[in-house]
Amino acid sequence: MSEIQYEAVIGLETHVQIKTRSKMFTSVAHRFGEPPNTLTDVVVWALPGVLPVLNYEAIRKTIELGLMLGCEIPEITKWDRKNYFYPDSPKNYQLSQYDKPLCLGGSVEIELPAENRSEMGAHRNVKLTRIHLEEDVGKLTHFAHDSLVDYNRAGTPLMEIVSEPDMHSSEEVFAYLTSLKNTISAAGISDCDMEKGQMRCDVNVSIRPVGAREFGVKVEMKNINSTSHARNCIDYEIRRQIDCIKKGIPIVQETRRYDAQLGVTQSMRSKEDAHDYRYFPDPDLMPCKISRELLDSIRANLPELPFDRQRRYMENYGLPYSVTSAICPDAALCAYFEESLKEYGKNPKVSANMIVNDLLRELSAADESEKPDDFEKSENVAVHASTAEKLAKCKLSAKALASLVRVVDSGVISKQMAKEVFVEMFSTGETADEIVGRKGLKQNSNTDELEKFCLEAMAGNQKAIDQFKAGNEKAINALIGPVMKASKGKANPAMVLDILKKLIK
Amino acid sequence: MSGEIFYENIDKLDAMLDSRQISAVELATVFIDRKNAVDSKVGAFISSNEEELLANAEKSDKRRANGGKLSELDGIPVGLKDLLAVRGQKLTCASRMLENYVSPYTGTAMQKLEGAGALFWGRLNMDEFAMGSSCENSALQKTRNPWDLSRIPGGSSGGSAAAVSAGECAVSLGSDTGGSIRQPASLCGVVGMKPTYGLVSRFGLAAFASSLDQIGPFARSVKDAAIVLKHIAGYDRLDSTSVNVKIEDYPSKLSADSLKGKKIGVPKEYFASEGIDPEVRQIVEAAIKKCGELGAEIVEVSLPHTDLAIPVYYIIATAEASSNLARYDGIRYTHRSDKAKDVIDVYFKSRAEGFGEEVKRRIILGSYVLSSGYYDAYYLRAQKVRTLIRTDFEKAFESVDAILAPTSPTTAFKAGEKTSDPLAMYLSDIFTINVNLAGLPAISVPCGFASDGMPVGLQMIGRAFDESNLLSYAYAYECACDWNKRNPQL
Amino acid sequence: MNSSEIDIDYVAKLARIELTEEEKGKFSKQLGQILGYFEKLSAIDVSDVEPSAHAHAIYNVWREDIEGEPMSVEDALMNAPAKRDNQIVVPKVVDDA
Repeated sequence: MSEIQYEAVIGLETHVQIKTRSKMFTSVAHRFGEPPNTLTDVVVWALPGVLPVLNYEAIRKTIELGLMLGCEIPEITKWDRKNYFYPDSPKNYQLSQYDKPLCLGGSVEIELPAENRSEMGAHRNVKLTRIHLEEDVGKLTHFAHDSLVDYNRAGTPLMEIVSEPDMHSSEEVFAYLTSLKNTISAAGISDCDMEKGQMRCDVNVSIRPVGAREFGVKVEMKNINSTSHARNCIDYEIRRQIDCIKKGIPIVQETRRYDAQLGVTQSMRSKEDAHDYRYFPDPDLMPCKISRELLDSIRANLPELPFDRQRRYMENYGLPYSVTSAICPDAALCAYFEESLKEYGKNPKVSANMIVNDLLRELSAADESEKPDDFEKSENVAVHASTAEKLAKCKLSAKALASLVRVVDSGVISKQMAKEVFVEMFSTGETADEIVGRKGLKQNSNTDELEKFCLEAMAGNQKAIDQFKAGNEKAINALIGPVMKASKGKANPAMVLDILKKLIK
Repeated sequence: MSGEIFYENIDKLDAMLDSRQISAVELATVFIDRKNAVDSKVGAFISSNEEELLANAEKSDKRRANGGKLSELDGIPVGLKDLLAVRGQKLTCASRMLENYVSPYTGTAMQKLEGAGALFWGRLNMDEFAMGSSCENSALQKTRNPWDLSRIPGGSSGGSAAAVSAGECAVSLGSDTGGSIRQPASLCGVVGMKPTYGLVSRFGLAAFASSLDQIGPFARSVKDAAIVLKHIAGYDRLDSTSVNVKIEDYPSKLSADSLKGKKIGVPKEYFASEGIDPEVRQIVEAAIKKCGELGAEIVEVSLPHTDLAIPVYYIIATAEASSNLARYDGIRYTHRSDKAKDVIDVYFKSRAEGFGEEVKRRIILGSYVLSSGYYDAYYLRAQKVRTLIRTDFEKAFESVDAILAPTSPTTAFKAGEKTSDPLAMYLSDIFTINVNLAGLPAISVPCGFASDGMPVGLQMIGRAFDESNLLSYAYAYECACDWNKRNPQL
Repeated sequence: MNSSEIDIDYVAKLARIELTEEEKGKFSKQLGQILGYFEKLSAIDVSDVEPSAHAHAIYNVWREDIEGEPMSVEDALMNAPAKRDNQIVVPKVVDDA
């Protein structure tokens, strides 16, 4: 008797805070980590008599994402009130979009991991239902006997990206969130920093026998705030639901909370006492008519999608997949790379390698050293700086990086030497030429002098010569070291190798 | 300084201030004294701000002395319905819920009045959250009709109407969602105007029904109303429903022969209504006849969906209100029940304690018509019929310049007469609410007195944003009669 | 539109208003009458009519994304029924149904 195989069906509602100067319906700013209730105004507090006014930039950015993801942008969009009581919601209704959202349909391209990490994995499109625009709520901090409410976050523009139930594993969800995050940050729509709450998701999971057409009973997990939590909670929930079915326990339609510490989901409320949100069109806000001209102007300036960029880097620059997969997810890094190519574009591989190996290492080292000692204890400080933030502080400009690639490419210094020069450039902000000149690092390509160093090295290591002659090619490395040392690291390695081989024969 | 200065029009008061016959401080004192003399009977004021008024009057005197008069309203005491936001003043909405609430900001219309030099005087009574037609739903104060203290002043802006009628302030502001300015103006024998929806910013007006609410003036003459309207009207970026139209200098456009050659419509459905008091009907018909004598051609028009206006209005207004009033929850700035055990309890108990009966009834009704399974049958259907009501008016205005009708089907009724029957109370809005549903401007002007001595109002309805002509028609009628010269005996 | 049976408990819960038994009885009866009166609306055909959510049909009322001044914390909390550490204090939040 063969056991029934089950598959999971997963849909996501992803909330993303939009990077704007002001809130969704009023002009006060929104920022993470400010003292409580310092980013509010009369509209945020929903005082008697206040009215909302739409933020055009939030609308424009949502349309921009919609166009990037191939959504249809209907001509008419409107604003509705979603009524429910909660202390973090000052009006006790959330301004949202019910039946006429800004974007319909579309899809998100995702990449699943290949077996070998250095190879590109399979790609597929996850279908979207819609993207709509709404406002974020305030923040509650719970204590033993009461809770405190801070409305700094309330009213932050928030888009909700709703996927179809079109994913089947936690890997797909992880890939979906990653792709969404890369795409949104590439366009500068949001930094999607989950640690700062800029991106959160609600996950819907159901189970059905493989091959079945109808869906199983849906369970919702709300407010998942990291990709690893999403992965773990989905894995747990799939196991739990399959387990229930096998044991004959009915699955109830409900909302469950994910407890990250215990790694389990727990029942919150069942759908029987679900909210009756009493949606209706907001009488305080007028509907919007999105003109062709507006769509054309946004479409004309759409940023490149991260996966398109990755394919272009691989095809046009001949970069290996592993290098592109380190650069392409990060728009800031890509911009840096492309800027350096504009200055010197003859060897994109070297440029890319320096970014992936040297620049990323130095950036994260610099970021670590900046953190205060008691960092772990402080709660409200932003956790990790983004690459864009790190690059903004970085002294090594993209142009300077190009100068380094140029001197390596033209044989002025060795690749080995370049690593040291890079570190120096990173800390001083000088160009490669300045450092090479100042430190006299120009590569030694004087044949006579190098031959002298080689002979000295061979005299000191007959064993290596014998081994090389016996066919051990690597043995020659033991001779290169002393030559480099004698030349104070300036010997041209390619020339040294040639000379040694010639002399040993 | 003699006689009843508190019964003078503001253009006269302005002239007196200009010629130093009276100072703003003296004028303020006149109104303070009048309020102290009669308000124990009338009850128009929920609270008053004598010291602030006198201090501001002193500043106004200095401006006039220095030749820096801000406008014809500089130094004129203006009463405010207690749902209009002024920084540092209480804003109670006549509710226990907001009994101690002080506004930290000033709304747009009030800011404009301040900029014109007007002096805010008192917080005037109203039906709680503007829900009512008699002022009896105020949780804080009883207001009576200055013409007969056993009767109601009308509502919801009953305090604003009574205060002007009784000479306790020169002019006042109210708000009109379904007749809340025009009906009490009619019942108290003063002029009251609801502007076109979108003419006056709602920013700073505590919302009852957002798609219907509009701020407007109460005055002792059409010209006074025109002066106030000129100063409060205008596009406001803070109100997305405000409309960017040119604001005319209404007072200077008033003409006593403006009705000459105009076509005036009389809706047959209004006079076929069963609820209209025969005497009111007779008085209004006489007023219409008078307009004919002034050169207007009177024609019958039809507004076929008139009898659907009340259900449409009470569905839309209560639905919007149920959501607008959700913010009064005991959490951030309102009354909070001290009996609450947890946060859910804060909502249930604070709202049970903070809201009066009519407010609860309307929130329940509004929540019901929006609730799952009923939305299409009630709310969506009401919005569609609203379209039909708007279209009725659009069609009528293709052939007429204004529409005349009674403002209220009866004169002021006795206090307590209708409080037990909400539906009967709702039906008294029959002539005013479709104007709100269509978003049109309308004005109520005194047009006579019933045999019991109570005033009757004539309602004139205009085209959208045609305030200038509408005020002028009302002015022409007013010039031909002297109804507004009569004052109650207090 | 069946108006006679308004579920007063359900709607009062939606509206977050605690009603006394007396209020429930009274409101049920009155609202039943009012809803009965509303039945007038079902008499006409509105299938081809567009709903009006606003008095005027205006589109695209929006503002530029310009940062404005925040409100002072003192002003923000001046009417607060309970405050601590510049925040609003609420009794323990329990999961809401």
